[in-house]
Amino acid sequence: MHPAKSVILFTTASGAGYGLIAWLGILGALGLLPADLGLGLLAFALGFGLIVLGLLSSTFHLGHPERAWRALSQWRSSWLSREGVAAVATFVPAGLFALCWVVFGRNEGLAGLLGLLASLSCLVTVACTAMIYASLKTIRAWHSRWTLPGYMVMAMASGGLLLQALLLAWRLPIGTVFAWLVMLLLGLSLAVKLLYWRALAADDGGSTAESATGLGQLGQVRLLEAPHSESNYLMQEMGFRVARKHAETLRRFAIIGGFGAPLLLTLLSLVLPGGFGLAVTLLAVALLAAGLGVERWLFFAEAKHVVTLYYGEDRV
Amino acid sequence: MTSLPANPGATKLGLVIDLDICVGCHACAVNCKEWNTGGHSAPLTDTDPYGSDPTGVWFNRIHTFEVVNDEGDSRTVHFPKSCLHCEDAPCVTVCPTGASYKREEDGIVLVNAEACIGCKLCSWACPYGAREYDEDAGVMKKCTLCVDKIYNENLPERSRVPACVSTCPAGARHFGDLGDPTSEVSLLVAAREGYALMPEQGCAPVNRYLPPRPKAADQSETQAAPLSPVETGEDSAGLLARWVDRLLTR
Repeated sequence: MHPAKSVILFTTASGAGYGLIAWLGILGALGLLPADLGLGLLAFALGFGLIVLGLLSSTFHLGHPERAWRALSQWRSSWLSREGVAAVATFVPAGLFALCWVVFGRNEGLAGLLGLLASLSCLVTVACTAMIYASLKTIRAWHSRWTLPGYMVMAMASGGLLLQALLLAWRLPIGTVFAWLVMLLLGLSLAVKLLYWRALAADDGGSTAESATGLGQLGQVRLLEAPHSESNYLMQEMGFRVARKHAETLRRFAIIGGFGAPLLLTLLSLVLPGGFGLAVTLLAVALLAAGLGVERWLFFAEAKHVVTLYYGEDRV
Repeated sequence: MTSLPANPGATKLGLVIDLDICVGCHACAVNCKEWNTGGHSAPLTDTDPYGSDPTGVWFNRIHTFEVVNDEGDSRTVHFPKSCLHCEDAPCVTVCPTGASYKREEDGIVLVNAEACIGCKLCSWACPYGAREYDEDAGVMKKCTLCVDKIYNENLPERSRVPACVSTCPAGARHFGDLGDPTSEVSLLVAAREGYALMPEQGCAPVNRYLPPRPKAADQSETQAAPLSPVETGEDSAGLLARWVDRLLTR
């Protein structure tokens, strides 16, 4: 599948934003975070900023962005519509929670309840994003049991790491405990991604050129001549190919640089004094951002669509 | 609405394509383009049509496959492909706006261009590559089964079939109601063991393909005699010819 930059930015940025706000809601409701004005302002600006950046980016690849509101109507059948509804709906509890925190200096009690509602809404939105892909039977790489858990743990890990940087910047003691949760989520992200790739490698495809043409009973089928001499929309959108050599290098970067290194840096931040701990955590944030970008690029680039069977693939 | 019809009608209009007859002339694709560039989803935009990298929207494309059996005997099969107007159309249910819909009365799958936001998700959901995005209009387009032709009372009745069907010079394309087991197309499918493409995708396509008929077992009468190797010995040519040959090869 063609890895569109707008969709990569959308899924990674909004995932981190929803993850961050989900953590603010949970920790706030549990009374583990002070309703500090500066912390609230920066955290919500970061969270909402990433969400809005992602959502705006997702409309960049639309043919008619001005009609995007129509996408809220078909939630009965469409995961994309559900994602839109959930994304918009999340702004209500999350916005009220932010307001309670920043304006009234409250993030527990009734405000905490709003926080929990916002967290739940954030999780539902990320799950809907994942299901847009996981529900497509035409792309076996996405129609995987690991797609949904992958999106969930990566959103919570990236949002969690951002919050960890804020906890260190505000020198909050909970940072030393929360760091272990972030490390766990980074480790889970790494594990889920490895399991995803293992399942992908073990899957030998459910459709063949023979089943696509129905000519299997006559023998082995191969494309002799494409319908046209030049490329077309289907080949550009669905026929993206990535060299195995590059894919392996990128996978290594995503695993080691994207998930492994941030995990170790988070561990390192626990033993380093004040400012240094924050510095390595910010480095971890940058590495995770790059790693998620690469991981998401591969998620698209490595996914094969069954329509390619009509354009020369034997088995997808 | 993007949910599939709750009470689909009995009528399932569709195409039956005879792979035994198709000669791969692409006339159906050309006439499809011609009719539809002025029809329901007009225009079928082309970008860079006379340049080095032309692309454009086509609702029907003809692929050519080679099928080789265990004995190494091969045959060429021309394979036209357009929307199969699936009963369980995933392109319809994934649509977030309601632009994609399946008609209750005849099962035709259409796009309402006024409501399409151009998210392309329907083209990802379709296993058959039936949907093509119009970069210029920013909306998705697809085969309409010539909905603007098959019901058109300004046309003589025999012309009220999709453009691809009326133009096929070989008679490889048939149009009709596949929901009616007594219709001509249904009888044809039954007689020739017509099949659906990629049934494992679970889309329940309406269109059917008729398989190429088996080759005649003994083809010795119709095959050209094999060429015999050129002889170069003493008796292979006359004296003069051999002398000229020697002169020229020197």
